[in-house]
Amino acid sequence: MIEITDVTKAYGNTTVVDHVTAKLPKGGITSIIGPNGAGKSTLLSMIARLIPSDQGTVLVDGLDVAHTSGETLARRLSILRQDNHMTARLTVRDLVAFGRYPYSKGRTTAEDQAHIARALGYLGLEELGDRFLDELSGGQRQRAFVAMVLCQDTDYMLFDEPLNNLDIRHAVGMMKLLGNAARDFGKTVVVVLHDVNFASCYSNHIIVMRNGKLFLQGTPHEIIRPETLEQTYGCPFDVQDIGGNRIAVYYT
Amino acid sequence: MLPLLHFHGDVLKLFLLALLATAAVAVASLFVGVSEVSLLRLISGEGDEKMLMVLAGSRVPRTLALILAGAGMAVAGTIMQMLSRNRFVEPSTAGTVESASLGMLFVLLVAPDLPVMAKMLVAAAFALAGTAVFLGILRRVPLRSPVLVPLVGLMLGGIINACTTFFAYRYDLMQAMGAWTSGDFSAVLRGRYEVLWIALALTMAAYIAADRFTVAGMGEDFSTNLGLNYRTVVTLGLVIVSMVTASVVVTAGILPFIGLIIPNLVSMAMGDRLRHTLPWIALSGAALVLLCDTVGRIINAPYEIPVSSVLGIIGSIFFLHMLLRRRYRAA
Repeated sequence: MIEITDVTKAYGNTTVVDHVTAKLPKGGITSIIGPNGAGKSTLLSMIARLIPSDQGTVLVDGLDVAHTSGETLARRLSILRQDNHMTARLTVRDLVAFGRYPYSKGRTTAEDQAHIARALGYLGLEELGDRFLDELSGGQRQRAFVAMVLCQDTDYMLFDEPLNNLDIRHAVGMMKLLGNAARDFGKTVVVVLHDVNFASCYSNHIIVMRNGKLFLQGTPHEIIRPETLEQTYGCPFDVQDIGGNRIAVYYT
Repeated sequence: MLPLLHFHGDVLKLFLLALLATAAVAVASLFVGVSEVSLLRLISGEGDEKMLMVLAGSRVPRTLALILAGAGMAVAGTIMQMLSRNRFVEPSTAGTVESASLGMLFVLLVAPDLPVMAKMLVAAAFALAGTAVFLGILRRVPLRSPVLVPLVGLMLGGIINACTTFFAYRYDLMQAMGAWTSGDFSAVLRGRYEVLWIALALTMAAYIAADRFTVAGMGEDFSTNLGLNYRTVVTLGLVIVSMVTASVVVTAGILPFIGLIIPNLVSMAMGDRLRHTLPWIALSGAALVLLCDTVGRIINAPYEIPVSSVLGIIGSIFFLHMLLRRRYRAA
């Protein structure tokens, strides 16, 4: 379980995350949704200790992320932010192999090799293994980054808009993959999503943020309703039940 | 050192071949110069004492110094590029070299009788401070275009250089300063280059920490995610870069562009998995400096063209080529 208590982050006079307290359940997919500038990414980065919080604590399975050694946390929790451009010119396989760094410090064992092969396979990257990242399309690169996080094999996996750059087929494939990871391997997936319908179809739990505050949380059936979405995003919504899922319609 | 290399099969063969080629250039460089040193006459025992003295006192130290400085500067450039996450950065485009020069001037003014080792350490401390300022500026001012990053470094270097020149002028040390602002190995003699072995030791240390520098090159977020303390890696890298640069500046002077050309060429050919590429970077750096120095000794014999001039010509052409290539502007 991830326990967020009274977490706050401000830049100058702008409070980006404002006294957020929440418990993210262990297992399943938890989606964080909300309009631009709601503080979703900042909150995710604070959970993953990439940004220090001004106030409040984050506990991951009882470990305070601000005071636990980086090495210990790296075996429990992984994060992929958006817009990852790196200077180091690596092949896909090298990148994925670095997911094992917390365990083997670069000297890969047979077990690591198995993890690497599995992660490449999950994301359909076997044939791109020896290509350099700068030779790939945005979508292929995104999948390579996700493969690295998968290879890190942590109980908690955090993704900031992992569907960026992905076409429809790969976006659906990615959400199914995260669902499988949660269901078959008992992983806890926390994901910031822009597309409320992906959140609706794949989440066990949804957290809604607005103006830096935790606005609502609940199951997709509780959250994906016209009135809550209208309050969240400030535009009209229609919500339909299609094939057992709640689908928001907001295009016209 | 060879068992440490993580090479197998064909790559290992290729590396050994490159090593042999470099060794051949190194040996050849021993016999290039004004004073005649002939391998045949030395072997047949006809070589006189003077010949032996030139070989042991000047030629061998010079060749060793070229190898150590070239390898060290190439590795230092690679580390700088990983830490600043920019392909255009190397000690001479980041204020490192200029800071080391200022440090040298400082020692010359304050404590001219210090042993070379102590002078090097003072220069290294200045280099460390200057490079830290450069990285600090990069952290605070996010630059939209990667091309701007070396510009900031060059401007910082220019400012530091202006200070150095000011004090050198006031204290009538302009000429002494000239000795280490242009890289020249003609004055390298036995007893005057040994501080460069430190550069070799640090290059080896960089190799041991290779994976950490690669991870640092992936960015702070990736480093933290993988459980690496980014600040520790940056500090380690800065210390290595500063000490290597200072030891080269103290012994031979500034060697421009080595840290730019070699890391970029190797990266283009085989990527940035430093555990695999650092030996190639070190070897190519040594080979290029050796070649440039030997060329500089030959083309205008019996006079010498300093290696920094030869490197400056090759390096600036390469730098322009990089600037004009799209891939680097986007990276």
